[in-house]
Amino acid sequence: MGLMTFKGGVHPYDGKDLSKDKPVSELLPKGDLVYPLSQHIGAPATPIVAVGDTVLRGQKIAEAGGFVSSPIYASVSGKVKAIEPRRVPVGDMVNSIVIENDGQMKEAEFVKTDDVTKLSNEEIIGKIKEAGVVGMGGAGFPTHVKLSPKEPDKIEYIIANCAECEPYLTSDYRRMIEQPEKLVAGMRIVLQLFPRAKGVFGVEDNKPDCIAKLKELTKDESRMEVAELKTKYPQGGERQLIYAVTKRSINSKMLPADAGCIVDNVETLVAIYNAVALGQPLMNRIFTVTGNAVANPQNFYICIGTNYQEMLDAAGGFKGECKKMIAGGPMMGFAMFGLDVPATKTSSSLLCFTEDEVEAFAETACINCGRCVEACPELLVPSRLADYSKNGLSDVFEKWHGLECVECGSCSYVCPAKRPLAQSVKTMKKQILAAKRKK
Amino acid sequence: MSDLFNVSSSPHIRSKDTSSRIMQYVVLALLPTTLFGIYNFGIKAVILIAVTIASCIASEWGYEKIVHKKSTINDWSCVVTGLLLALNLPATLPWWEAVIGGFFAIVVVKMLFGGLGQNFMNPALGARCFLLIAFAADMTNFTIDSYSGATPLALMRNGESVNLMDMLIGKTAGTIGETSVIAILIGAIILILLGVIDLRIPGTYIITFVVFMLLFSGHGFDMNYIVAQLCGGGLMLGAFFMATDYVTSPITPTGRIVFGICLGIFTGLFRTFGANAEGVSFAIILSNLLVPIIEKYTVPRAFGVVKEVKKHE
Repeated sequence: MGLMTFKGGVHPYDGKDLSKDKPVSELLPKGDLVYPLSQHIGAPATPIVAVGDTVLRGQKIAEAGGFVSSPIYASVSGKVKAIEPRRVPVGDMVNSIVIENDGQMKEAEFVKTDDVTKLSNEEIIGKIKEAGVVGMGGAGFPTHVKLSPKEPDKIEYIIANCAECEPYLTSDYRRMIEQPEKLVAGMRIVLQLFPRAKGVFGVEDNKPDCIAKLKELTKDESRMEVAELKTKYPQGGERQLIYAVTKRSINSKMLPADAGCIVDNVETLVAIYNAVALGQPLMNRIFTVTGNAVANPQNFYICIGTNYQEMLDAAGGFKGECKKMIAGGPMMGFAMFGLDVPATKTSSSLLCFTEDEVEAFAETACINCGRCVEACPELLVPSRLADYSKNGLSDVFEKWHGLECVECGSCSYVCPAKRPLAQSVKTMKKQILAAKRKK
Repeated sequence: MSDLFNVSSSPHIRSKDTSSRIMQYVVLALLPTTLFGIYNFGIKAVILIAVTIASCIASEWGYEKIVHKKSTINDWSCVVTGLLLALNLPATLPWWEAVIGGFFAIVVVKMLFGGLGQNFMNPALGARCFLLIAFAADMTNFTIDSYSGATPLALMRNGESVNLMDMLIGKTAGTIGETSVIAILIGAIILILLGVIDLRIPGTYIITFVVFMLLFSGHGFDMNYIVAQLCGGGLMLGAFFMATDYVTSPITPTGRIVFGICLGIFTGLFRTFGANAEGVSFAIILSNLLVPIIEKYTVPRAFGVVKEVKKHE
């Protein structure tokens, strides 16, 4: 049997060797911690602490602002210093709770559940919701919403997104190597919610050690299996992963649940386990600091809210002159102009490069070569969509299915004329969606 | 925050391939047939190739100088155009006619329409057809010392027999670069291996042409005739190097197949019913003109999008 995959995609240099063999080390924050009230998709959380309050690690500091929203917890003990707008990794200013760290890590009490199988579905989802678990792969969609589909009986696959197809990132890899049993336990809990579903761990074949470990751990689990996926970007894209595993395709108007699937990232499943079995809210995650401008690339177990500068310093600071810094992976991450930002629930990495590849190449005329068409995992024609975007032709843009773009950036990556295709398409997409919302 | 870092929209990495690299690959792939042409037609071919390429480079540089545009000769596309045009000329053509051809290809067909990427017609073939009309006698003078003056296709048209082996190797009369099928195929393999082209266009072109000739040429299942038709008259050079020109072929995958089918039908029509024994150049140019309409009707259906059922409103 051939390896499971999707059509299109690209093979960028993966750079994972820089940090993949560095065991996860705990990073205890020293400075202030910042908790943006909007670290997820949906309504911002509402603060329930006031300036001057003393908080414990694991204490709730902000309440969910609606059903599609998520509460936020302090990851250290200390004093609330301010509630004010702060810069976040993606560049926006977001209202945030700032906590002065007292360095003592005094914890709130967490209630463990000894036998998870005795919990009802409502109890499990309630615990996940209360713990502030959101999709930790980048999107930040509240997990309890994802786990409450309209028709739970129609869910046939729970897919663990273990692809980690973005170059350079190794946090999911380290989690799978060091604590695969937590991942499997998280999967077991989700499967308990959906009795008809099968649990599939989708792992790219460039991680044979993870595949072996997961296979070993799941060999007695009749409802779980490990799917070996071809190493190709964006294999971990939700639609691409679903197709690779189930051969079902969904479009932009559908949810994974429409194809009988729920997809959760490695860190998310671990957070589900922590929330349900250990009673711990989401306070920590694994974070990779890497790139050729980092002295000592590392994987850290961080407290959410830690300042990026602290994490870079812990990795030995810069080596050589850093020209470009990225929050997230090089394909879909965000370039940052400064390091004074906090890690959020969805932050997976900090990349620092001595060269700005985007700046290094000059844009030339499109030669119509069609490489972007071959690369597009959504089977679009990016070069034409970019033209329509530049000329403001929103109707033709939609006719050529521009709204189906998943913004993976494969088109810009392969373009020999170095045109910022993904950027143009994203711009038009935003405009059209904004106009639709207004109506 | 005195020194801020660069920001840009994702993705933040780029592949190493550039447009000029692709053009250099094409030149590399054209070398086998170029070298064979030089071996076949001697010093005259060398001079003509050099003059044509020089004319193309000079035309592009001069035009951009005059209209105050940034020079684009570094992208190597004018070299590809010049070389392809030269390979489509008989070695006996007076050098100044080749200079005019190069100027026409670059300035009239390419630059006046907006430069690289904007021309709707293959510049080298546009210029070839221009020369065919302007200097008809010189363009069809294939007199070479050792071979008869007529091209294999012309011979076949007159009912004479042709030597297939000679056609494969290229020891026949014709333009500089079209005679050796083997040399062209070596180049085509280079292009495919380097990922410059795929078989969508050349494959459907050749298959459609063969089917057309089987049905309508009046020679039935005469394999000798079909193979000779495939090997003669620049079909191979056209199929692999000119029909696959990115700029003037459809960008949609299905469109490329439709384009190949059009090419096959047109070539078959021109060769079977036309006044001329040849037809590849005209077939390609005509198909170039159909590209916008082909693309319009071959917009790929996006991943996961089901065919829309028209609703009555």
